[in-house]
Amino acid sequence: MAVKYGMLVDETRCTGCRGCQVACKQWNDLPGEVTRNRGSYTNPPALSAKTWNLIRYVETETNGKAGFYFLKHACMHCEKPSCASVCPVGALYKTPEGPVVYDDTKCIGCRYCMVACPFEIPTFDWHKGLLDQALIRKCNMCVDRVSNGLIPACAKTCPAKAITFGERDKLIAQAEAQIRKSPDKYVNRVYGKDEVGGTSILYLSAIPFDQLGLPKLGTTPVTALSEQVMEYTLPFAGAWGATLAGLALFFRLRNRGAEHAAKEKEKSS
Amino acid sequence: MTILNRLRISPGVLILFALMALGALIAVARYLFGIGAISNLNDAYPWGMWISFDLLCGVALAAGAFTTATAVYIVGLERFRPILRPAILTGFLGYLMVIVALMVDLGRPERIWHLIIHWNPHSVMFEVGWCVMLYTTVLALEFSPMVFERFGWKLPLKIIHRITIVLVILGTLLSTLHQSSLGSLFLATPGKVNPLWFSALLPLYFFLTAVAVGPAMVIVESHISARVLKRGLETDLLGDLAKAIPPVLGVYLVLKVIDLTVSGKWAFAFRDGMSVLFWIEIIGFVILPMVLFMRSKVRQNAQSSFGAGLLVVGGVVLNRLNVSLIGWNRSSDALYFPHWMEFAITLSIIAAGVVAYGLVAKYLPLFSPHHVASPAE
Ligand code: SF4
Ligand code: SF4
Ligand code: SF4
Repeated sequence: MAVKYGMLVDETRCTGCRGCQVACKQWNDLPGEVTRNRGSYTNPPALSAKTWNLIRYVETETNGKAGFYFLKHACMHCEKPSCASVCPVGALYKTPEGPVVYDDTKCIGCRYCMVACPFEIPTFDWHKGLLDQALIRKCNMCVDRVSNGLIPACAKTCPAKAITFGERDKLIAQAEAQIRKSPDKYVNRVYGKDEVGGTSILYLSAIPFDQLGLPKLGTTPVTALSEQVMEYTLPFAGAWGATLAGLALFFRLRNRGAEHAAKEKEKSS
Repeated sequence: MTILNRLRISPGVLILFALMALGALIAVARYLFGIGAISNLNDAYPWGMWISFDLLCGVALAAGAFTTATAVYIVGLERFRPILRPAILTGFLGYLMVIVALMVDLGRPERIWHLIIHWNPHSVMFEVGWCVMLYTTVLALEFSPMVFERFGWKLPLKIIHRITIVLVILGTLLSTLHQSSLGSLFLATPGKVNPLWFSALLPLYFFLTAVAVGPAMVIVESHISARVLKRGLETDLLGDLAKAIPPVLGVYLVLKVIDLTVSGKWAFAFRDGMSVLFWIEIIGFVILPMVLFMRSKVRQNAQSSFGAGLLVVGGVVLNRLNVSLIGWNRSSDALYFPHWMEFAITLSIIAAGVVAYGLVAKYLPLFSPHHVASPAE
């Protein structure tokens, strides 16, 4: 079995320097975005086809104390990715090493992946026409670096060592050890360990994760139900098709019988 | 006006063609500059009006084709045969309109055929895609006798007649799958669909409401075509057809009530704007048309059955919008309201459908199954 990688993001170490945001753009050749002042440090305002990794600045209150926190916002590389589950042509898929990657030669642009991702990650090239070839864009855990023995650009660049790249299992153990060592510093939970069936990206935080901007999710993949329905579809189709054929035959015989009876009656009267 | 008179083009037809031309122009802009150039769709609202209205409502409103075909061919209710052809035509045009809309909405329309070669059987969208392709083919075949008769092609006509029952069974099967799968699409988005509408029963709800709106759509459309094409209206027949609507809506209503009770979601029905929409949908567009269609006075009266039919149609439209758009929850504060060009695309596709219906009614044997329409008729 291949080694399963992941990244542990310790948000208590993050200084909000945006180095990873820029490193991601550099490595993936993503252009800058023209933005305007919206009264928030988060800039650009959201992930986009040009920004796959975004530092979100969170001003919030915990236990009556105002605080300033950061969230490195990018694809979670789910263990059971819903984006991949719902893609009709299988353009998105989970590699055994961890990254959830995209085959841009298959995608038909239905954008169901964007609709289904519980973290609202995939973005689309809204301003590309037929000639420019619009695509779905998102973080790919620098799969081109990782498969060549390098670590992702964001992890490589982080001066505060907030992003650790490594084996997912070991990262979980490490994160839990860190929590045990400084229980006052962290919320007592590793986000991503179990969320939607587990994710390759894991978070440690000083404040509750939903306050940080990570969604509250259960431990089953959001696509569990739809996959189950899809499993029943073929047997259902077979049974329903046979039932319809049977009904057609039944009504045909009955109507013929009725016609026959009517004729007999006519004759006898 | 004189030129119009000489060309025998009425202002209505002129508007239809103007809409189609506008839609074509906007489509060119979309292919040159991207979906963002003509719509308000964004990363927070990747699906907008085209999916919610053109696809979800379009497919539901095309259900008249399969419900009528099932009644005539599978159950053998021969008396409905006179309304079969218009129903098939509406279904066929409806699916073609859905495909046209998808060719605008899909990010990579030139790759739509990838659905055939790249498979992901876990994906509901995979099922949706295959149902669109297969059922449109079935509808084309069910429609084809009108063309064959018109041109007097005996052999293909004979072949189609032979396989009609197979086509109808296939059509009903595919419609069941397709209508329900549009509901299943949203099973994958549990946190995003408003709790009043999210349910494991979504596929069943979508199917039941489609079965109810099938006959309602036939009623509505017969009234319109009777008025516009100045032909007689089959009031008796449509009245009989309408009898199917209350039981289906009744089952839907009972399931919905049980479902909300079992999942303990009634609190959501008294909370916010979505609660209001929920009650409007249930009372105004499910209970009201159900009660109306239960009365034979309503069923046998042209005006009131038209009105009640419109309520069922409106209910399905509101339901699809509530599930997929109005009740949609995103974490970001991004908003979405369709751009005027999105409306223009939708309207132009509807215009094209109306024109196509008119042309078929004029040149093909639509209302008189066993003759070729002649000007004398
Ligand atoms: S976070 Fe979203 S885009 Fe990333 S793997 Fe999970 S489902 Fe897919
Ligand atoms: S937009 Fe592309 S990648 Fe996303 S679900 Fe559709 S086909 Fe798959
Ligand atoms: S892993 Fe690579 S692609 Fe993903 S956010 Fe970091 S730098 Fe960007």
